[in-house]
Amino acid sequence: MLSYILRRIVATLPVMAIVALFVFSLLYIAPGDPAVVIAGDQASPEDVERIRQSLGLDRPFLIQFGSWVWRILHGDLGTSIFTNLPVSAMIGQRLGPTLSLMIVTLLLTIVVAVPLGVVAAWKAGSLIDRAIMGFAVFGFSLPVFVVGYMLAYIFALELEWLPVQGYTPLTAGFWPWLENLILPAIALGCVYIALVARITRAAMLEVLQQDYIRTARAKGLGQGGILFIHALKNAAVPIVTVIGIGIALLIGGAVVTESVFAIPGLGRLTIDAILRRDYPVIQGIVLLFSFVYVLVNLMIDVVYTLVDPRIRY
Amino acid sequence: MDRRTVLKGLAGAGSLALTGGLAAPALSQGAAARTLRFVPQANLANFDPIWGTQYVVRNAAAMVWDTLYGIDAQLQPQRQMVESEETTDDGKIWTFRLRPGLKFHDGEPVLAKDVVASLSRWAARDPMGLMIVAIQQELTAVDDRTFKWVLKQPYPKMLYALAKNNAPCSFMMPERIAKTDPFKQITEYIGSGPMKFAKGEWVPGAKAVFEKFADYVPRQEKASWLAGGKQIMVDRVEWIVMPDPATAAAALQNGEVDWWENPIADLVPVLKKNKNISVDIGDPLGNIGSFRMNHLFAPFNDVRARRAVLMALSQEDYMRAIVGDDNALWKSLPGFFTPDTPLYSEMGGEILKGKRDFDAAKKLLAESGYSGQPVTCLVAQDQPITKAQGDVTADLLKKLGMNVDFVATDWGTVGSRRAAKTPPGQGGWNMFHSWHAGADCITPASYTAIRANGDKAWFGWPNSPGTEKEVTSWFEAKNLEEEKAAVGRLNKAALDDVVYAPTGFFLTYTAWRKNVAGITKGPLPFFWGVSKTV
Repeated sequence: MLSYILRRIVATLPVMAIVALFVFSLLYIAPGDPAVVIAGDQASPEDVERIRQSLGLDRPFLIQFGSWVWRILHGDLGTSIFTNLPVSAMIGQRLGPTLSLMIVTLLLTIVVAVPLGVVAAWKAGSLIDRAIMGFAVFGFSLPVFVVGYMLAYIFALELEWLPVQGYTPLTAGFWPWLENLILPAIALGCVYIALVARITRAAMLEVLQQDYIRTARAKGLGQGGILFIHALKNAAVPIVTVIGIGIALLIGGAVVTESVFAIPGLGRLTIDAILRRDYPVIQGIVLLFSFVYVLVNLMIDVVYTLVDPRIRY
Repeated sequence: MDRRTVLKGLAGAGSLALTGGLAAPALSQGAAARTLRFVPQANLANFDPIWGTQYVVRNAAAMVWDTLYGIDAQLQPQRQMVESEETTDDGKIWTFRLRPGLKFHDGEPVLAKDVVASLSRWAARDPMGLMIVAIQQELTAVDDRTFKWVLKQPYPKMLYALAKNNAPCSFMMPERIAKTDPFKQITEYIGSGPMKFAKGEWVPGAKAVFEKFADYVPRQEKASWLAGGKQIMVDRVEWIVMPDPATAAAALQNGEVDWWENPIADLVPVLKKNKNISVDIGDPLGNIGSFRMNHLFAPFNDVRARRAVLMALSQEDYMRAIVGDDNALWKSLPGFFTPDTPLYSEMGGEILKGKRDFDAAKKLLAESGYSGQPVTCLVAQDQPITKAQGDVTADLLKKLGMNVDFVATDWGTVGSRRAAKTPPGQGGWNMFHSWHAGADCITPASYTAIRANGDKAWFGWPNSPGTEKEVTSWFEAKNLEEEKAAVGRLNKAALDDVVYAPTGFFLTYTAWRKNVAGITKGPLPFFWGVSKTV
């Protein structure tokens, strides 16, 4: 197993290199100029040119790329053009909120979606099944920002139960941390819950047709035991796969959710950096997201072995 | 590796990242009253007010760095860090003396050498500063509190240049910081203003914190804009960046923030209905909408084509597209200068008044030789003001029979592309939209957009000798009457040659919780005199 993990990690290096080249090239050919944004609306063309020179943006593509790669190889993601802060420090500042949001959303999804999917499969064709699948369609169809605004209006403005915006770190207490994340996690989780619930239902339906389930019933096992111990464990591989793939959904959704709920996370940092053409920050974040995604895929493969002992690497 | 090991590892990594997030101290009731939570107009992405000239940087910098002079609500320069000044009869030598007891946030005294270094850095980036440098003989520190500026010829607008609120303002920094190349960012944020910048709590894009500077000695006069006694009534000012206006509105209603600098017009009715919220015009100097035509290429290299557009342009259409149905928020502007300010003029503004004459405009356009070639119109969709103006312009040009190449893009791209002097079909452009803060359009001094000196002019590169002649006349004017006359002629010349097309004058609101007092109208949010009760 360990050698497999090491091989996979080594295999990520060319992937990351291709991502790096792609991202750098894309930004280089994209229209827009950070020097113009820095200089402000009233700046003269000469001022803009001097800022461009001071930032090294006037150098040829290959020199800029080579210099960036060299720094990356030394563990330096560079410095933000705008804030003059190290990109790694900026990412570090924003990692906590985004990670918190993703973990709470992930837990919420698993706690809600998996039981819903199991129940829908168990009651397949019934009113309960249709209601759950109807909810899933609803979750798929509603944009994150619409759900976000609705939740903020009802639970923050009308009922005054939860805050509208912001983030409090876990060090300030569990409840202050959680109360800021409940509404964003629900908003972000809607699509994810819908997806996982549907996959769980489909996987469970297949498993529930198996002979060993009939055998279990014939032996007089209770419904709960059949569903959650025997059937769910054997349906877990596709569910785990979707949960893993869905992390990409979370990364994308976090961009919108963090804007709607003013959470100072990586999603907002990404948008700000793109709008300002803050190249080092964009490159750093994309590299990070790519790495996370590759890592998540690796983790999924490892988890397969935990839920299904037949899988060996 | 088993399930338990995996879970333990994940939990460990997760908690490490979660607890390393933003520091957000829990506030007691008393502390809450001493902390003012403010939603600024934009993200404070950098904090060097000379290197970055965005308004949001200027607004934050006004708390941290003090100025030698400050502009007051009557638009007059008043002494701020300066105790006294003298000028020789020929107006060529200025000698300034600093107030005693001025200190930087690091505890060091403010000395004349700091001022000299700060002025040198500012002058390298500011249009008025560059004019002074062009006639400068020397700028030297005479002693710890006295410095001297020797010029080769008089510069009557000296005090205005040192007091003006247009970015970049002449903020004073310690010499070691002010010696930074003006085209590179500073890394220390040490000023002598009434508040200190809490660099450790700065999260660009999310939060910036300012703390009261205990050693600041305010002037005795009543505060008036950037002049007078800057008394800070709270311990902390927290800037909380909210990119989504709906979130900012909800946070203000919910009491999670105290003051929102510029609520969008669509949300103002909701805020006005809330009994805990006050809403009023934020900046009485407002903004001037504009679209600029490229004077280098057809069709707008012919003044008749530019005038044809002005003849058909309805400022009401533009203003309603920007501010909606609230008539208190806009007015027509048959000129270039900020209404209700001393130099405002409508001279030559007839072309923008009265019923719009499309027939005459079409005739003039035809005379200019326009024959249906595409007109590349850059419209930034991510800025509500430019998007609204772009939509109206596209409609206007189509009504004039022009072939509009509507380039819907973002502000970053417009900012870059507008600098291209290549023909419109080869990466260039014919027109783009913008707006100018009214505070920048009070005099020609900081009014970059009105300059018409060809290649050296702002984007669009208008060449209007008549306009430039009157700019010079204003700089040489010896009194207000002469200034008014010069600006009147300037207004007419700029309209005759259509340096750019003014689309109207518009205002914006500001909104705050009723437990906050002392908010004053002005070209930037002033935090001195603002207090809060729980």
